[in-house]
Amino acid sequence: MSGAVTTPRSRRQARGRYGRVSQVVTEIDERLGVARGGRTFLDKIFPDHWSFMLGEIVLYSFVVLLVTGVFLSLYYVPSSTVVTYHGSYLPLDGMPMSQAYASTVNLSFAVRAGLLMRQMHHWAADIFIGSMVVHMARVFFTGAFRKPRELNWTIGVTLLTLAIVNGFLGYSLPDDLVSGTGIRIAYSILLSIPVIGTYLAFWIFGGNFPGTVILERFFILHVLIVPLVMLGLVGAHLALLVRQKHTQFPGEGRREDNVVGSPMFPVFMAKTTGFLLIVTGVIALLGGFAQINPIWQFGPYEASRISYAVQPDWYMAFLDGALRIFPSWSFHSFGHTIPLEVTIPAVVLPGLLFGLAYAWPALERRVTKDDAIHHLLDRPSDRPRRTAAGAAVLALLAMLFVASSTDVIANFFHVSLNTVLWAMRVLVLVSPFVAYPIAYRIAKEMHQLHGAGRRKTPNVVTRTDEGEYRAEPAPAFGDDAEEPLAPTPVPDFIEAEPPAPPSRGTRAVER
Amino acid sequence: MSEHRTPVSLRGLPADDPHLQGAARRPQLVERVLALSLLVGLALVVAFGACYWTNAAPWTLGATMGGGLFFLGVGLVGWGKYLMARGPFVEERHPLASTPEERDALAAALVERGGTLVKRRRVLGGLVGGGLGAFGIVALFPLLRSLGPLPKGTLFHTDWRAGSFAVDQTGRRIHVDDLAVGSVVTVFPEGTQNTDRGQAVDQTILIRISNEDFVTEPGRATWGPQGYIAYSKLCTHLGCPVGLYEQQLELLVCPCHQSMFNATNGAIPEFGPAPRPLPQLPLYIDAQGYVRAQSDYHQPVGPGFWERS
Repeated sequence: MSGAVTTPRSRRQARGRYGRVSQVVTEIDERLGVARGGRTFLDKIFPDHWSFMLGEIVLYSFVVLLVTGVFLSLYYVPSSTVVTYHGSYLPLDGMPMSQAYASTVNLSFAVRAGLLMRQMHHWAADIFIGSMVVHMARVFFTGAFRKPRELNWTIGVTLLTLAIVNGFLGYSLPDDLVSGTGIRIAYSILLSIPVIGTYLAFWIFGGNFPGTVILERFFILHVLIVPLVMLGLVGAHLALLVRQKHTQFPGEGRREDNVVGSPMFPVFMAKTTGFLLIVTGVIALLGGFAQINPIWQFGPYEASRISYAVQPDWYMAFLDGALRIFPSWSFHSFGHTIPLEVTIPAVVLPGLLFGLAYAWPALERRVTKDDAIHHLLDRPSDRPRRTAAGAAVLALLAMLFVASSTDVIANFFHVSLNTVLWAMRVLVLVSPFVAYPIAYRIAKEMHQLHGAGRRKTPNVVTRTDEGEYRAEPAPAFGDDAEEPLAPTPVPDFIEAEPPAPPSRGTRAVER
Repeated sequence: MSEHRTPVSLRGLPADDPHLQGAARRPQLVERVLALSLLVGLALVVAFGACYWTNAAPWTLGATMGGGLFFLGVGLVGWGKYLMARGPFVEERHPLASTPEERDALAAALVERGGTLVKRRRVLGGLVGGGLGAFGIVALFPLLRSLGPLPKGTLFHTDWRAGSFAVDQTGRRIHVDDLAVGSVVTVFPEGTQNTDRGQAVDQTILIRISNEDFVTEPGRATWGPQGYIAYSKLCTHLGCPVGLYEQQLELLVCPCHQSMFNATNGAIPEFGPAPRPLPQLPLYIDAQGYVRAQSDYHQPVGPGFWERS
């Protein structure tokens, strides 16, 4: 038997060329068959562009939400049972309040790192939805939603809807004076839906407002049901991204049938893990330094009390703005009431906006008759009409957002509320029609501009002896002197560096 | 014999290929900067542990944790961006679609098996479909109907009854001498002031104005005795409490969406999105001088809904 004697060297040889790693891979592969797929995954190419980072911000703020949310759920008590507060925050000492509010104050002041976690959670939620909107705008303006990616666009719009809903549910949970008023408004919006509104409101709230079960229901929706659905959809969103491969901007060596960029391992992994840490770090810095939603200053919710100059979180503000500026048109007839002053701004308007978002890929295909598969992105200036339409919707949303602060604007600038109200009504109606042609013209002109979107090189103007001026493009910057490399496939192996030539006086001993 | 034999394959790159070099022009310097960033990150993460251990102020926790993760992240991103293989690398994008034959095979399986095996047993198919469909509808009942009661008439009534004493939030009955002219107080029918429903539905704003025989609207001659008039505090727009009283203009203002109601004119909406006046509560002053309700509101309080006529 030749294997009778084992030396470290013979063991090393038995393990194969890649040593212990080979051994582990073999053990796993014999059971799960992961080697081929795993290798393909590590070779997977991710195109490099700063705008592809926006989706990563969404993903990583979602991770922060999940982690900080688990922490908060350990201390929050979803109960409207009234207790008397005797905690470390003295201004509220002895006040009756719901257990939900008391536990939120408590986890802010009495639980170590609780305030940081709560503020991180709130900041992460605002960043989550904000980066989602920007990511969605990127996908829209570059045409990344086109065939074959319509399904992923649909999943994305659903995720945005769920994120907004869950944001509302989440900031309602502390049961403070401001958020309680928000729940009251949500109840009234449900009531305003024709025919089924009262039934919906009574079923969701378990009776007439406020009922006794709403915090418990919001809690289970906020921490389990909605996040679970979102987690599944995020998984599907990413799985489709892997399956269909990422889109890329046109450029040197980039075609419809390839992907140019960095490989998953190690380059993309290093960059994206680092980015996870940066996003988490920035959220933690905000949570530590920027106070957000100080519920202990608002006091506990009482249905007959109200605070002044309050707005919802930013992603709900467009609805609040629409509610503020819509005229008092109520429909009464045939023994029924349709409160149009609520139904149109708070039910029909968001329905139309999100319906438009869902329908956009199909609408655009119908208009352009473009049934081809697209993996190369448009520049926004390539599609002036789409860009202009997107700009119009964003302008409308921006004006509705501003309209949610009519009272604050009137106070701050010392103008009459009536003036502000009418100004906002005009601005909301007019802004899409102003934004559309401006964006259209800019896109058209940029499209015709030679070299738009590329780094500019200076012209060198010289004067000849005869006094004639001549402009010639300067040679590229010193920085750019390096020729960009042609893309190459990820190598199957890397040849080792040739051995350094032995220096004089030593003798290479071959064994 | 050399250890550095070239393996036989077509997809290799020599180690000194420019694709495998980092993008940094001065790798040593970049490496030092990144090492510094990672070091600061490491130090701050350790400091975070120390801050937590000593229960330091919340901002120190955020600063150390956030700063630590931030600098670690910068180091890692920089490593990937400047020191790892800069590429660019390329991979083929194979069409996702299958061949027409494969598609046909799938369609054939669906149509032929489905057609021959299911259509031949239409009754069974109908029963399975009907059973599952019926279950789907029946299942809605526990899912929806158990969630809460039917609205019935509950939106049309409050807890104000003929003779209800108006009490403030502490439960004290309001006497005719309690309110100065031009002031307001939030009142509830006695016994509901500490209940959720009392707070949310019965809340009423009681105003005392200077004109003792004031009539807000025709037909309400007896509703406001001795200058006391009462309106539902629920805004007719979205049900926020109409919590502000502008004494000079005698306007009741809802701070949510700035609806304003004229207190001396039947609380008709003067400004903002509210479509209807605030319902007025008919009052009387009893022999002892307490403010009491003649009856419930004559119309539903709060925001509009379908069943409201």
